[in-house]
Amino acid sequence: MVIAEGTSPQATQGTGERSWHGIVLQTLKRNEISLVPYVPDRVLTPLITSLHADPFFTTFATAREEEAVGIVSGAWMGGRRGAVLMQTSGFATLANVLASLAVPYQIPLIMFVSERGTLGEFNYGQSLVCRTMRPVLDSLALEHHTITRFDELEFIADRSIKQAVTTQAPVALILNPLLTGGKTFDK
Amino acid sequence: MSAKLNTGNTKVMNRFDVTSRLIAKLEHEEAVIGGIGNTNFDLWAAGHRPQNFYMLGSMGLAFPIALGVALAQPDRRVFALEGDGSLLMQLGALSTIASLKPKNLIMIVMDNGIYQITGAQPTPAAGVADIVAIAVGSGLSNSAWAADEEDFERLVETAMSATEPHLIAVRIDDKPGVGTTRRDPVQIRERFMHGLGVREPL
Repeated sequence: MVIAEGTSPQATQGTGERSWHGIVLQTLKRNEISLVPYVPDRVLTPLITSLHADPFFTTFATAREEEAVGIVSGAWMGGRRGAVLMQTSGFATLANVLASLAVPYQIPLIMFVSERGTLGEFNYGQSLVCRTMRPVLDSLALEHHTITRFDELEFIADRSIKQAVTTQAPVALILNPLLTGGKTFDK
Repeated sequence: MSAKLNTGNTKVMNRFDVTSRLIAKLEHEEAVIGGIGNTNFDLWAAGHRPQNFYMLGSMGLAFPIALGVALAQPDRRVFALEGDGSLLMQLGALSTIASLKPKNLIMIVMDNGIYQITGAQPTPAAGVADIVAIAVGSGLSNSAWAADEEDFERLVETAMSATEPHLIAVRIDDKPGVGTTRRDPVQIRERFMHGLGVREPL
């Protein structure tokens, strides 16, 4: 049997708009989300690259994920929409800012989380920190979706962004390796 | 206190007094973000304005929140008031701001070298680190200690017509805040959005 390496079948679909990152970019744009701070992740790299290449977006790296949450929270109150990109381990640093800023102040914080720690993880610490993510989200009753299928990505992302804005509540969109290919062991 | 370092002849001032002096200079609906604890208590006590935002947690995020407001409304001056202990939690934010160079962001650090609100324990920076040197080293070249109250007001005036972000550090005493912010986060956020013209009151 041939052991699958690298990317999932879905992750290899196309480039540009018909790739998972192209869909995310277009969905952000359609929802007038123009401010996208991030802490980088290997899997997110094509999305980050295309955001930098598009003058519609103001996108930049922050030193910590909670810093990015603070920035998009301030921007929302100033009338500009944002979203934060991060990895699973970065989400694990956010419990305090979610519980003390985004949730109580009713800020529609939109988070895209590249999921590490599952489906071929090679770093034990990553697999452990991944297990803390959904319990933290559930403990605050936050909306979250794990996106595994390319054909469901646009619907889930677009509807979730609109729901976050209209209900003034955070949402986490977890990009699973089945969608993105994930990160696999480097030889 | 970190103020024992090479901070010249900087006078030890008072947070409420300095905050009141800042508020008195605001004539163009400038936004002001008050950091956690005493910093926003004194902002509240200086007299509520619709353009004030008060943090009730998320220690260290006054500058990032202010950066977000500044990026959303580039034509409005945005002030952020932060304690030295809070800033130590998020030093990386200084580099982010230096990199983006928002022309309308002014950061004010109230430095007493202690966690006043938790029992006046010294911060790890007290006596060894210089907030202005850290800011300059982070890329914020327009960073300065205020020598006294008049110098503070002069630095604020300079920053208000600047084309790059400014940071003003103030040595303050160990007094607690003189008021207590009403802790209603939704009301704080909604009033702030009204004050910024993002929403109309119902």
